[in-house]
Amino acid sequence: MQQRLARGEAAALGELYDRFASLVHSLAHRVLGDEDAADRVTREVFGYIWENPDAYDPKQGSLRSWVATLTQRQAVHRLRQNEAVLARDDGAAPAEVERKIQDASTAARADYIVTSMPAPLRDALELAYIHRRDYCQTAADLGVTADEARRRLRLGLQLLSTAHHQKLPPGGPGEGNGGPW
Amino acid sequence: MNSPEEWEGYGCEDAYPPRHDGPGEPPGTGAAPGPPAARPRIPSPRAAAEDHGPLPDGPPPERAAPKPGPTRPAPAEGPPPGAPAAPGDAAHPGDGRPELPHRVLTSLLGAWALAACSAEETAAVEAHLTDCAFCADEALRLRDAVGLLHPADNLDLDPLLRSRVLEGCLGRRPARIPVPEWAAPYDAETAKLDALLRDMGDAEWRAPVRLRWFDGERPVHRETTAAGVLGHLLAVDGLVAASLGLPDPLGDAAPAGTAGPGDRTRALWRTLGEAPRTPALHRPWREQSHALIRTASFTGGGVSDLAVPYGPVRLPLRDAFLDRAFGCWLHAGDIADAVAYPHKGPAAGHLHSLVDLAARLLPRALARRRQAGLAGPPRELVAAGSPGRTLHLEIEGDGGGHWYIALDSPAAVGSPERTVAHLALDGEEFCQLAAGHIVPDEAAAGSDGEREAVRDVLYATASLSRL
Repeated sequence: MQQRLARGEAAALGELYDRFASLVHSLAHRVLGDEDAADRVTREVFGYIWENPDAYDPKQGSLRSWVATLTQRQAVHRLRQNEAVLARDDGAAPAEVERKIQDASTAARADYIVTSMPAPLRDALELAYIHRRDYCQTAADLGVTADEARRRLRLGLQLLSTAHHQKLPPGGPGEGNGGPW
Repeated sequence: MNSPEEWEGYGCEDAYPPRHDGPGEPPGTGAAPGPPAARPRIPSPRAAAEDHGPLPDGPPPERAAPKPGPTRPAPAEGPPPGAPAAPGDAAHPGDGRPELPHRVLTSLLGAWALAACSAEETAAVEAHLTDCAFCADEALRLRDAVGLLHPADNLDLDPLLRSRVLEGCLGRRPARIPVPEWAAPYDAETAKLDALLRDMGDAEWRAPVRLRWFDGERPVHRETTAAGVLGHLLAVDGLVAASLGLPDPLGDAAPAGTAGPGDRTRALWRTLGEAPRTPALHRPWREQSHALIRTASFTGGGVSDLAVPYGPVRLPLRDAFLDRAFGCWLHAGDIADAVAYPHKGPAAGHLHSLVDLAARLLPRALARRRQAGLAGPPRELVAAGSPGRTLHLEIEGDGGGHWYIALDSPAAVGSPERTVAHLALDGEEFCQLAAGHIVPDEAAAGSDGEREAVRDVLYATASLSRL
C-alpha cells in the first residue's frame, strides 16, 4: 500500500480511504465532538498521508496504528486551537482547557484500543457493558467457561485502562510546532 | 435510594435480581456472603450503558434506576440452595464463612467493574478490596476504564465525504496513475455499497430481496436475499474482470462459452444456493471491485475500447464500467430497501454518464425490439451516418441534459433538426425505468410529437434491464 501511494496511484488512495475512513472520522469525532470538524480532520489526515507516504515507517508499527496516531494528533491540534479561541473569549483557566484536551485524547485512545483489541475481548465487553449481561450469561453467549469470560472482561478492561496512562501526543504549547502539519 | 446508608449487598435488585452462579462455576464461587454492613471502600462501579457521552467531564455516572433499554433477564430459578444468609447478616473474613480464594477474587475484578457479577460475588470482591491494596489499585483502574466505554455511536460516514477527501488529496498532489474518468462512477458506487454492507448485521444479509426487471414485454422478478444480490454483482462484474485478465470469481462454476449476466448469476447461485444467507461474498466482491479499478487505472485509456462480452452483446470497457456502476447503484438500492437503510444516488456528474450510456444504447435496443416484432418497422431508412428521425430525450434534474435518439436505425445519427417527438423525464425516473423497476406505460413522463416514437423509446428503455 505504501509503495502504491508513493507511486501516486489514485486507486490506492481510494483503498486507503475505504480501509481507514471510518476509523479516522470516528476518532476525530471523539476528540472534537463535531461532524464538520471531524470531516475536516479526515481531509487533513488523508491529505497528509497522500502527500507524505514515506512518513510511515513499518518498523514502528502497523499502518492502522500510524493512521490512528496521526488522527489523534491532528484532532487534538485542532481541539487545542478551538479551545485557545474559546479561552481567549471566556477567560477559561489554562488548567481547565488542558484537562479537556487530556480527556478528549484519552477518549480517542480508548476508542482505538477497543477497535483494535482481539475480537473475543471486545465481544465480551460489549455483552457485559452494552447488553448488560452478567459474566455467566456472557460466557453462555460466547460459548466459553465462566472462568474464561471473567478473564476476558478483566483483560479487556486492563487493555482499555492503558488509555489513561499514555502521554498526550506531541503538539501542545511548548512542544514545538502544532503537529506534523 | 443510592445513598451509602442504603447500600445493601450491592443493590442490584432494584435494576435486576441478584444473579446466581451458573452450573459451570468453580465450587465455592457462589458461597461468598453478602456484607451489607461492610461498606466498600470503592463505590459502585458504574451505571447503565446509557449514552451519557464519552468524556468523563460530568459527574461520574450514578447507579440509577433502570433506564429504558436492555435489562438483564431475571433468573428463572430462586436462590440457589446453600445461598448465603439473608441481607443484614454481616460477614467478615474470619467469621467462619468460606472466603473465595485470592485467585478467584482477582479474576472477578473485570466483571465487578462492569457490574456483571452476582451480588454475593460483588460483596466478596468489595470486602476483599478493603484488605488488599494490590487488588484495590487494579479495581480502581478497571472501574475508570469502564468509564471509557460507550455504546457505538452509529455515526454513518457521509458517503459524499469520500469524493471530497479524495479530491482534496489529488489537489495537493496530482495522481501519477489516476483512476480513468469512466471508472470513477464505479469507484464511487462500489465504495457506497461497501459502506452499506459494512453496517449490516449478520441477520440482514438474509433479508429477502425481490430483483425486478422488464423482459421486453412485461415486468418479471426473482426472489433472493441481500447476500444473493451481492452474488449477482460479483458474477456480473466478473465478466469485466475476466476481460482484463483478472481471475473469474465463478472459477470452475463459470458457464462455458459467452455466458451473459443472467447465466453467470444463475451459475453462481447454483453453487451457493438460490438464497445465500451470509456475508461470505462481501470480501471477494470488494477485492474484485478494487482490483478492477486498479487494473483500469494501470491500463488507462489504452484499453477503454476493449470489447467486453455481455452474452449476446459486447460493450467497450469504458461502457462496461458505467454499466457496472449503474448495476451497483441500483442493486445497492435493492439491498438498502430490504434492510431499511438510506442510500443516496450517484453524484450529478456520474449520473449524467450513466444516463448517457443508456441513451447511447437506445437505438440498438429499438432495433432489437423491431427484430423481435415488439415494435413497428422503421419509418424511414437513411444512409449510415446521416441524420434520421429523432426523439429528443430531455432528462431533468442534476446530471440531466438533452439527448437525440435516432429512431429508425442504430446507424443513423440523432439530430435536433429531425426531431419528431420530445420526451421529458426526471433523471431518477429514467434510471428506474432503465432498471425495469417501472412499467413503461406508468413512467411519469411528459411528451409531445409522435406517440408511437415516445412509446417505443419508453419500452426500449425498460428493455435495457435484465437480471
